[in-house]
Amino acid sequence: MDLLQQLTQYAFSGLSTGAIYALIGLGFAIIYNATGIINFAQGEFVMLGGMLTYFFQTVVKFPAVPAMLLAVMTATALGAAFERLTIRPLKRPTPLSLVIITIGGSIFIRGISMLIWGKDTHSLPPFSGSEPLTLAGATIMPQHLWIFGITLMVIAANKFFFYFTISGKAMRACSFNRTAASLVGIDVRKMVLLSFAISSAMGAMAGIIIAPLTMTSYDVGVMLGLKGFCAAIIGGMSSGFGTVLGGLLLGLLESFGAGLISSGYKDAIAFIILLLILFIRPQGLFSKAQTERV
Amino acid sequence: MKRDYLLFVLFTLVVLAAPCAFKGGYLLNVLVFMGINTMLAVALNLLLGFAGQISLGHASFFGLGAYFSGILSTTYGFNPWLTMLIAAVAVGLLAFGLGFPILKLKGHYLAMATLGFGIIVYIVFNETVALTGGPSGLSGIPNLRLGGILFDGDLKNYYLIWSFALVTMLLSINLAHSRIGRALRAIHDSEVASRVMGVNARLLKVQVFALSAIISAVAGSLYAHTMSFISPASFGFNFSVELVTMVIIGGLGSIFGSFLGAALLTMLPELLRVVQDYDIVVYGLLLIVMTMYMPKGLAGGIATLWRLLRPKKNGAIDHAQG
Repeated sequence: MDLLQQLTQYAFSGLSTGAIYALIGLGFAIIYNATGIINFAQGEFVMLGGMLTYFFQTVVKFPAVPAMLLAVMTATALGAAFERLTIRPLKRPTPLSLVIITIGGSIFIRGISMLIWGKDTHSLPPFSGSEPLTLAGATIMPQHLWIFGITLMVIAANKFFFYFTISGKAMRACSFNRTAASLVGIDVRKMVLLSFAISSAMGAMAGIIIAPLTMTSYDVGVMLGLKGFCAAIIGGMSSGFGTVLGGLLLGLLESFGAGLISSGYKDAIAFIILLLILFIRPQGLFSKAQTERV
Repeated sequence: MKRDYLLFVLFTLVVLAAPCAFKGGYLLNVLVFMGINTMLAVALNLLLGFAGQISLGHASFFGLGAYFSGILSTTYGFNPWLTMLIAAVAVGLLAFGLGFPILKLKGHYLAMATLGFGIIVYIVFNETVALTGGPSGLSGIPNLRLGGILFDGDLKNYYLIWSFALVTMLLSINLAHSRIGRALRAIHDSEVASRVMGVNARLLKVQVFALSAIISAVAGSLYAHTMSFISPASFGFNFSVELVTMVIIGGLGSIFGSFLGAALLTMLPELLRVVQDYDIVVYGLLLIVMTMYMPKGLAGGIATLWRLLRPKKNGAIDHAQG
């Protein structure tokens, strides 16, 4: 019975971190599908979500909800500015130059955050109390429920946006064929900007909802971003359920691996999975093979 | 081609004479680091600048070299020169084996896979405490000894490190001008086209990857034996990015550029010491600005400047070469 309880516990914590990875992964996938760019700075917007909320809530002393909204809005604006200032002016973008520019951006954002907020770790109060609940023999924090709820909401909103709004449909058109999309009158550059804004917003939200559980500091973005990328790779870079499943799977494997094998190697698990999938099934676990574009 | 060798001879003379100008031990110590970073940057440039394949995990090969050497010579009492050789062979084999699956990937995927490999190695350094000493590091690594000379002072280390760095540079210049160098540039421009021309692109990429890893491992061994202390913090993701920054700032595909990049990034933390912690912001900004406005790096910038300042009498020849 004790073991079963423990396993349930691992499953819950795995699913909640997995939900975070899924959100971050979706951010990667949205930009990738609209532009073909892997935004290595994605993790920094996750960090910004947490740190900006800490700033507005604890330093400026705003109430929680406006502080979070402001944090998401600021991160979104910064994401759009990042695209506008570094990606768009590129004359002849190559995969290599894009990798390097987004890495540069990531380092720059991290450095500036460190200068503004220092190297300390900051904690955020949970959304509603810290009284643990008991569910199926495992104790879970109310924050876990918030994470599940908000993740589901964001995914639903995402689905709605991409399938039922003009802008969303236009972005999907861009991901199929950018030239054809621009031929039918879609402003591709605007869609690229929009994709950066949306994925920064999603990243920031992920950063906000996980901060009360794990604390936040200027350098949390690197690991979270990379894990999100793993989720997106497992899901085959789809901006839909593939990546969500990928995130949850990664969260579970990590949580069970840390609990049953060794917590020191927890982070290594994600990267071993990443390498295995890239070597064996680069198209992701859930999608059919595509022909390679040369 | 001739100009590269002429430049190399001049450069060697400057390197040999430099210690006379810097009497102070502190600056000499910085120059020792510069030599190690030059080796690493040149090694990465072979992969990144010539073959056009990115690696965001090169610090791990540097670290593996350092730890192989450190552990074998400290814990098991091997001769440091022997451990250097063992480290080079072991890392070479590892990179060769890893190269086949990893270099099948392209662009972003290759970047992420090499990054993932680097992080796994970094975690192993931290977690195998019994072997590596974990996060607190490994100390008491013996110095190298050649005949009666024990390499324990800054001046002796300077000549030791820089002779390795100069050999690395000469080797790379030779490689760049050989058939292999041309084949690599063909792969860089278009892998499909190069294969049509009969270049075994896949094998060649893996060989360059392994060569680059071997040079990095030798640099790691040298680092371990000159510093006598190593810890995982020197071999993390940040250092991998720093190496890429050196190559980009110096200029992709330029051997002397890699030296410039390594020199700049070795000096930068020293220059920014007054405003500590700003260096990370400067790195980020440099990466963005250089990629956007000076894609050929410092070497390319100097070449352009040279062409602009030179009298125009042989402009036509210039054009033909361009």
